[in-house]
Amino acid sequence: MSFDTMRIDHRIIYGIVTEGAKILDLGCGAGELMFLLARGKNAKVQGIELSEQSIYKCVEKGLSVFHSDIDSGLPEYPDKSFDFVILNQSLQETRKVGLVLTEALRVGKRAIVGIPNFAHYRSRSQLFFRGRAPVTPTLPYTWDNSPNLHFLSITDFYDYCRSHGITVEKTFFTASSGHVHIFPNLFATAGIFVISK
Amino acid sequence: MTTKPLGMVETKYFEFGRHPHEIALECGKKLGPLTLAYETYGALNDDRSNAILVLHALSGDSHAAGFHPGDKSPGWWDSMIGPGKALDTDKYFVICSNVIGGCKGSTGPSSLCPSTGKPFALAFPMITIGDMVKAQKYLIDSLGIQRLLCVIGGSMGGMQVLEWVRAYPEHIRSAIPIATALKHSPQQIAFNEVGRQAVMADPSWDNGNYYGKGSPERGLAVARMIGHITYMSDKSMEQKFSRRLIEKNYSFSFKSDFEVEGYLRYRGDSFVKRFDANAYLYITKAMDYFDLSGGRFIPQGKKIEVRFLVIAFKSDWLYPAYQSQEIIRFLKIHGLDATYCEIQSTYGHDAFLLEIKEETHLIKHFLDKTFHGYDVAREYVI
Repeated sequence: MSFDTMRIDHRIIYGIVTEGAKILDLGCGAGELMFLLARGKNAKVQGIELSEQSIYKCVEKGLSVFHSDIDSGLPEYPDKSFDFVILNQSLQETRKVGLVLTEALRVGKRAIVGIPNFAHYRSRSQLFFRGRAPVTPTLPYTWDNSPNLHFLSITDFYDYCRSHGITVEKTFFTASSGHVHIFPNLFATAGIFVISK
Repeated sequence: MTTKPLGMVETKYFEFGRHPHEIALECGKKLGPLTLAYETYGALNDDRSNAILVLHALSGDSHAAGFHPGDKSPGWWDSMIGPGKALDTDKYFVICSNVIGGCKGSTGPSSLCPSTGKPFALAFPMITIGDMVKAQKYLIDSLGIQRLLCVIGGSMGGMQVLEWVRAYPEHIRSAIPIATALKHSPQQIAFNEVGRQAVMADPSWDNGNYYGKGSPERGLAVARMIGHITYMSDKSMEQKFSRRLIEKNYSFSFKSDFEVEGYLRYRGDSFVKRFDANAYLYITKAMDYFDLSGGRFIPQGKKIEVRFLVIAFKSDWLYPAYQSQEIIRFLKIHGLDATYCEIQSTYGHDAFLLEIKEETHLIKHFLDKTFHGYDVAREYVI
């Protein structure tokens, strides 16, 4: 797989991660991103994932992964033991967002957080004009079967970081058309934040 | 990938520890000369980097795979070892070692004491998991293997895996402890003690001096029956037996009415034909003494380079998943490369012998990565 055919969020994170970095991927799924980072960036990657089927897929790729939830925190890891802790599209599925973020920033020098933007204009219009919880290509779940426990926007995440003393070092906003540079809270379907504390 | 049968295999015997080279046991006594039974499958490669050591559970032996002449059933982990299987003998040199203190060809309480010419019985010194592993290290050295690709085992075999990591981390590249623990909980000790008491309460046991007379078969059979209950789960027993009867109606007597009774009696009776009662006492005690909790497993500040695959099973209540997570906790503290999987299974502790498909998937790929690095992922297309 070449850089050009990577998923856009993977391409962005791939660009952020430094060569040989030590990485913890929380909610790593089937390990696609970890695999790219391990092979392409020679990163030392460790994943944590709740789904048993995903564990098998990670191991198939030669990746190391713990079968566990991330809501109980990461008490065993010493402070700053990873260069990056990745939470890509997984934060909104955790129960204890505050604890997970605090722990990610404790054990990682930096965290890379990818969130879906629930304030994208398509979602807004569905909610406003149709009066229904939005179902869009990037938010494909109906209200009754969504894994998402939290519904946040790009602005919400900024506010959260500001009120919790978290430094936002870099941001990237994307939509199906590619990068979004203006009014991301309206036009981006997802945001990627590099944060530290 | 297709698998092929391993065919005929034979047990070999490694002899060592002749005077004055007896091995020093943890209990303070010395033991020698010693015999250790083992089998090997596949071939050692030129740089001796493809050797895997398989370690067995309480009642297991060195016959892990293939057939002995005249046998109807293969070794105890035949579904995992052979050409194309999880431990692929086309690629790896697989060694299965027995334990000292047992009765399966290695030196144990039923062996003849060199000074008296009679079976040791209770004169045999107490053995620990550490002693078992120490003896295995002599075997691996004698085979000319400097560093094992992997040590793997379930239950008591998993304890030996953990002990290998503790004692000889520089001699192993990876470890796969399955359905095991860093130490026995009081519940696990309690079940073992009930088993031992059943043996010792049998009048035939006679303080261990039953060799040449009748052995304590009833006591040992009861111990084994208790063991089998703890290896299954409520659900697997329901599926296997429910309340089905052997005959059509209740007998209104103490004969076996229920299938589960018949099964346990059969298991107990067949066990006494193949296992020595004193060995049962010695080995269960070794398991109870085992304790790598605290800093004993990997001392603080010690750098080791061993990859781990830790496997537990959801319905295993004898070695519950939290005990495997405890192992993982230490691996995280030391920043070791590790994978943990809790396999969904209803089989209880027995799952490590039965959930072959899931174990094969995990172990095969884990070994590939350990042996070849990420290069194996060539086959994987995103």
